[in-house]
Amino acid sequence: MLRTLVTRLAGAAVMAVLATLVIFLIANTVPGDPVLAQLGDLAASNPATVAEWRAKWGLDLPLWERYFIFLRGLAHGDLGTSIASQRPVLEDIAQYAPATVELSTIAFLLALVTGIPLGIAAAVWRDSWVDAVARVISLIGVSSPTFWLAFVMLAVFYGGLQIAPGPGRLDPIAFPPDEVTGLFLVDTILAGDWETFHDAVSHLVLPAIVLAAATIGLITRTTRAAMLEAIGQDYVRVSRAKGMREGYTILRHVLPNALIPVVTLGGLAYANLLAGAVMTETVFSWPGLGRYTFRSAAALDFPAIMGITLVVSVTYLLVNLLVDLSYALLDPRVRR
Amino acid sequence: MTASDRREAKPEAVPVLEVEDLRTVFLTDAGPVRAVDGVSFTVGAGETLGIVGESGSGKSVTALSLMRLLEEPARIVGGRLRFQGRDLLAMRPDELRALRGDRMAMVFQDPMTGLNPVIRILRQLTEPMTGHGRFTPPEARRRAIGLLGRMGITAPERSVSRFPHEFSGGMRQRVMLAMGFANDPALLIADEPTTALDVTIQAQILDLLRQLNAEFGTAIVLISHDLGVIGSVCRRVAVMYAGEVVEEAPTAEVLEDPRHPYAWALVNAVPRIDQPLGADRRLVSIEGAPPDALALPPGCRFAPRCPFKVERCEREHPPLAEVAPGRLARCWVTQAGQVLPKSGGAGFGGARPAPAAAEPLLSVRGLVKHFPLPRESFFAPKRVVHAVNGIDLDLKRGETLGIVGESGCGKSTLARLVTRIHAPTAGSITFDGQEIASASPAAIRPLRRRMQMVFQDPYASLNPRMTIGDTLAEPLVAHGLARRGAEVRERVGELLATVGLNPAWVSRFPHEFSGGQRQRISIARALALQPELVVADEPISALDVNIQAQILNLMLDLQQRMGLTYLFIAHDLAVVRHLCDRVAVLYLGQVMESAPAEALFARPLHPYTAVLISAVPVPGRTRVVLQGEPPSTLVLPTGCPFRTRCPIARPVCETPPPLAEHEAGRWAACHFPGEFGHAGVAA
Ligand SMILES: Nc1ncnc2c1ncn2[C@@H]1O[C@H](COP(=O)(O)OP(=O)(O)OP(=O)(O)O)[C@@H](O)[C@H]1O
Ligand code: SF4
Ligand code: SF4
Ligand SMILES: [Mg+2]
Repeated sequence: MLRTLVTRLAGAAVMAVLATLVIFLIANTVPGDPVLAQLGDLAASNPATVAEWRAKWGLDLPLWERYFIFLRGLAHGDLGTSIASQRPVLEDIAQYAPATVELSTIAFLLALVTGIPLGIAAAVWRDSWVDAVARVISLIGVSSPTFWLAFVMLAVFYGGLQIAPGPGRLDPIAFPPDEVTGLFLVDTILAGDWETFHDAVSHLVLPAIVLAAATIGLITRTTRAAMLEAIGQDYVRVSRAKGMREGYTILRHVLPNALIPVVTLGGLAYANLLAGAVMTETVFSWPGLGRYTFRSAAALDFPAIMGITLVVSVTYLLVNLLVDLSYALLDPRVRR
Repeated sequence: MTASDRREAKPEAVPVLEVEDLRTVFLTDAGPVRAVDGVSFTVGAGETLGIVGESGSGKSVTALSLMRLLEEPARIVGGRLRFQGRDLLAMRPDELRALRGDRMAMVFQDPMTGLNPVIRILRQLTEPMTGHGRFTPPEARRRAIGLLGRMGITAPERSVSRFPHEFSGGMRQRVMLAMGFANDPALLIADEPTTALDVTIQAQILDLLRQLNAEFGTAIVLISHDLGVIGSVCRRVAVMYAGEVVEEAPTAEVLEDPRHPYAWALVNAVPRIDQPLGADRRLVSIEGAPPDALALPPGCRFAPRCPFKVERCEREHPPLAEVAPGRLARCWVTQAGQVLPKSGGAGFGGARPAPAAAEPLLSVRGLVKHFPLPRESFFAPKRVVHAVNGIDLDLKRGETLGIVGESGCGKSTLARLVTRIHAPTAGSITFDGQEIASASPAAIRPLRRRMQMVFQDPYASLNPRMTIGDTLAEPLVAHGLARRGAEVRERVGELLATVGLNPAWVSRFPHEFSGGQRQRISIARALALQPELVVADEPISALDVNIQAQILNLMLDLQQRMGLTYLFIAHDLAVVRHLCDRVAVLYLGQVMESAPAEALFARPLHPYTAVLISAVPVPGRTRVVLQGEPPSTLVLPTGCPFRTRCPIARPVCETPPPLAEHEAGRWAACHFPGEFGHAGVAA
């Protein structure tokens, strides 16, 4: 087990570096010049200024050398300096990441606790009204555009009914808790600051629902399909022939088998939530990685883009590794 | 005599199970499928009843109806079911649940899928014990271990904490049986519990059923398509056809003297290992297929296929009535007192002429095939499956050589080696004087048409998207045996006629044929190139007995007409004895014994042959049950490969015995040939 883990981790590291290479090449072939984006038209028309600026950011070096410099920095845990913010990329990421992690984790948990039971119910009462309701919910979740859903939610619950707070992680007048993890929910608990905790929770509700919507739909459908497949298996009939209660049969015999495909999907979905929160964060003014990515991309801020790529791919690979490890937990056939 | 009469005759004992006029239908879009249509029988306490019939006759649906475990769209639409005097059809779901797995238990056909892969054996065993409140968890654990030990699982304390995938098929079926006996039921229903298993393992499981019946007094309903299996456990048998019971009687009497033409066909379709072989090896086979359950014939349901039918049969539906004391049959002719002819697979007198001594068509020396497995991880040791470990064989022109042995002993690998689908690791293969063991694919191609294979699963081996006409034309054109157009069409028509199919069916697709017809098509495909050698790998294992008989008859016919040479692989020993001139017994990829079929079965020299033969279920025969299962093929056997299970193994067996000729034409690899007090079948 330990050996598998080590091999897999080493493999993941290699994959992550390869991913940076791909992004490096893509980012350098997109049309558009960071010079224009950063210096503005006036300064960009002065060749001397441009040359100086290029030299400062190493943009005058050949491609392979720039990549080599990036790798050398990486080996020392340095991701370079953001062109736009002029701060170390790592520091930028560390600042923005907690907001995203908090939002997507809550959204993910929300998707799990609604999607899985809904999928189970839909399979157990197949073709009944429960199944129909589950189908509609997942259809709405999967098919409504995030941007649109976010606006509708804000308009209805904040603008119209006024039962939800506005955008942002906290009320504008509230003080953020002392930073320990950067996750407001954790930090407020650590500080024993229940008022701010409530504020943070209420600010999380709408964006989490919006972000989770598509995932809820996917998890519901996958759970339902996996449950139906497992319900048709012989061991389920055997359990009934043993006189086990129907609820027991579903929870102890069907569900553990049905969860195996759900875990695969869940892992991917979580990684996607982390990486793909751009829309939601934009609408809800959430100071997370999504918005940082958006800004960096617009500014053609190479070091920042590279740093984000690396973080995202490492996250993907780690989540995948976790998925594989949990297989071993769920399915004794893959245990060694 | 109906079920209720019988009950009045013995009022003191309430039967465990009374089934009266049970009717179960599937409400399908095409209309109601009458899967079980008026079935009645009674099982007394501690009694054993077998249910036999071909695929689709309604055996499983009957069993599920008894347990009230039917699923949509099946519905019980009529009849009465009583369990220990209580009406099963009037029970509430929770009352039924309390009975299931407690007083009445069921064991299903496929042990590979019947156990939950993610739950430990222990929990799957104890959940009915604690679930029905009969045992506390610690008691249940002790009982589970005890039961597993009782079922013949070694080291049950350790085995209980394993997961199902760590068990072989035979072990899983033992677990399923243990589960059935968890709460000491009054009735155990076993649906084809041994169909997926090797003969040796089947013998172990049947033995176990018999002992459990004797020891605990559990009544048993055993469902099987094999009368031999039923005969070795059950005193009485009900024969089902098209959803009805057509005969019910003591098993021994049905085997001896069946009173319904369908039962007669079933009994005579299978060669019996305990009867003399005759010159005429043709088996009784009935043409046609069971009636469509959506449109059952108005008269006797067997009439369209019945060789004995009279005018009345197609008009009036016969009742199940007494034809002799304790014997019921649903047939106008036997009810009128007519006796069905004694005929069977074993014809009368005389041995078949042995093929003239000729140069062997196929000759194999020291054949070895090892399959390397992928490493589990970079550092793990390399693993190798030792499938075939040095086989010598000779097959004369016009001869049929049978290959038998338990699953995993290398039968199929051998078939693929001699046809050079696989390349051997070592050894020589000579086909008609030409060495082909290491010949290049190009050198083998011209030989391909002279040796053809027929596979076990006719459906998987036919391309579903090609008409059978195209399937048969393909090899003809590819090998330039016929030109496209009229010539090919004519040859294809001839081929279909040869295997007994209507030449007008050329443009049909494989799914439009029954299993038996599909197997005829794959035989036709093999014959297309006019081969000399046909290698048939379990060609009849997936088929019902009646269809087996048709295919065996066809193979015999073709051999006589075309002078074919067969390498015939099968696990059914009675069939091998019936069809083959010589037999080679394989164990762990080596030949244990090879001899003329009749002699080998009459007096086996090798202990393994003796126990294999003994495992064949024949009613009323004492048997030696071989314990355990073949060892892993991952390690090369040292010494005599059979010594871990051999009943007469001695220290000297640690040196490998050579395959030596002990009598003329009889080879055996054993230090003590013929010494094991064998259970051979007298000729
Ligand atoms: N789900 C279903 N829908 C419609 N008809 C069905 C269904 N399941 C079974 N049947 C029909 O019920 C009849 C009896 O089937 P059953 O499974 O009892 O046969 P069996 O005797 O157990 O056969 P086998 O030897 O193949 O197990 C057949 O005509 C079959 O086609
Ligand atoms: S009733 Fe007639 S058709 Fe039916 S089995 Fe008897 S003889 Fe054959
Ligand atoms: S050689 Fe020994 S172990 Fe092998 S079969 Fe003969 S008696 Fe048994
Ligand atoms: Mg069945």
